[in-house]
Amino acid sequence: MKIIVSADGQGLEAQVDPRFGRAAGFVLFDTQTREARNIDNRQSLNAAQGAGIQAAEAVSRLGAECLITGHCGPKAYRTLRAAGIKVYTGAAGTVGEAIAALEQGRLALAEAADVEGHW
Amino acid sequence: MTVAVASGKGGTGKTTVAVNLALSLEGPVELLDCDVEEPNAHLFLQPGWTSARTVSIPVPQVDERLCTACGACGEVCRFHAIVSLRTQPLVFPELCHGCGACLLACPVGAIREVPQEVGVVECGLRGEIRFVHGRLKVGTAMSGPLIRAVRREAGQGQITLIDAPPGTSCPVVAAVRGSDFVILVTEPTPFGLNDLKLAVEMCRILSLPCGVVINRSDIGDDAVRRYCASEAVPLLAEIPEDRRVAEAYSRGQAAVTVLPEFRALFRELYDRLHAAAAQRPVPAGRS
Repeated sequence: MKIIVSADGQGLEAQVDPRFGRAAGFVLFDTQTREARNIDNRQSLNAAQGAGIQAAEAVSRLGAECLITGHCGPKAYRTLRAAGIKVYTGAAGTVGEAIAALEQGRLALAEAADVEGHW
Repeated sequence: MTVAVASGKGGTGKTTVAVNLALSLEGPVELLDCDVEEPNAHLFLQPGWTSARTVSIPVPQVDERLCTACGACGEVCRFHAIVSLRTQPLVFPELCHGCGACLLACPVGAIREVPQEVGVVECGLRGEIRFVHGRLKVGTAMSGPLIRAVRREAGQGQITLIDAPPGTSCPVVAAVRGSDFVILVTEPTPFGLNDLKLAVEMCRILSLPCGVVINRSDIGDDAVRRYCASEAVPLLAEIPEDRRVAEAYSRGQAAVTVLPEFRALFRELYDRLHAAAAQRPVPAGRS
């Protein structure tokens, strides 16, 4: 399974970025190979509008099945769900800690967006 | 002649200049309030309304029976208003600019356009002044299509004044593009100067001649005047700080209706901008 985590730096030691659409970047983690890959998010970060939708598209193309982030707005949530990606919000600490929490079943699945849309 | 009144910084006096200019000029004048997010020129002009119509933009609607989930629609949408993750497309009408690209891109004709209301355009008259403004529907984030609808109401053969929104982003460009001259209203403060520089830069990119009006000119410092001189941007007028102007404003009255002596200032402003527009210098620093 591939897990994608919004991150403000590189690798498993980076902090979870609380933003999704305008996250500094992402770490893509493969639970089988235990490998972490850094993903650039500059294109969405600099988008005039629709950053969350664009980031959701990118995450979907990477084949991620789960997203761990701080907050997720309504348009991003709708796009992620359409792509069949499970969304976990409210994460904090390092990327590695967030992945461990998910694997140990300590993260609750988000049933809806947890913040209002923002422009 | 179409003259837009803009500013980088908000609250410098765009509407004050636009309304008082309209009231000071002789002959047929029209005023288009293109600050559709917060139109307020009508409060000072008090026109009698003559017509109103709603404005819509075309947004895509997908026929799921025909859609093959090929993703072509999402690939051409630079605004992320339609997204297809190899699934039935998701449409976000609030992000749609109504350009129709998705309709053209769809190979199986599964997309049709349906109107989405973005606001209203209202027209009125105050004496010889024809007045038009737009009111953006509450909750709509995109004002460009409504601003363009207001501008399409412009007649010909008269002076058209445009009251633009503040800033230098898309709505301002929609309001000033294609005008013959842009008046940039500023205040003589560091904040005013900073945003004036951005506004001058915008005019240069759009190849629009511009000039500056310094409002509340006896406060602050001299840096705006020095900037105008060094950049060869004509200084069209200075409006001094006057408590009576503020009092009139607070009652919804235009300055020239309370202080008729201000008419000369606005007429002179127009003569100067007319002369500057006629010269139409090649914009420097075009990027």
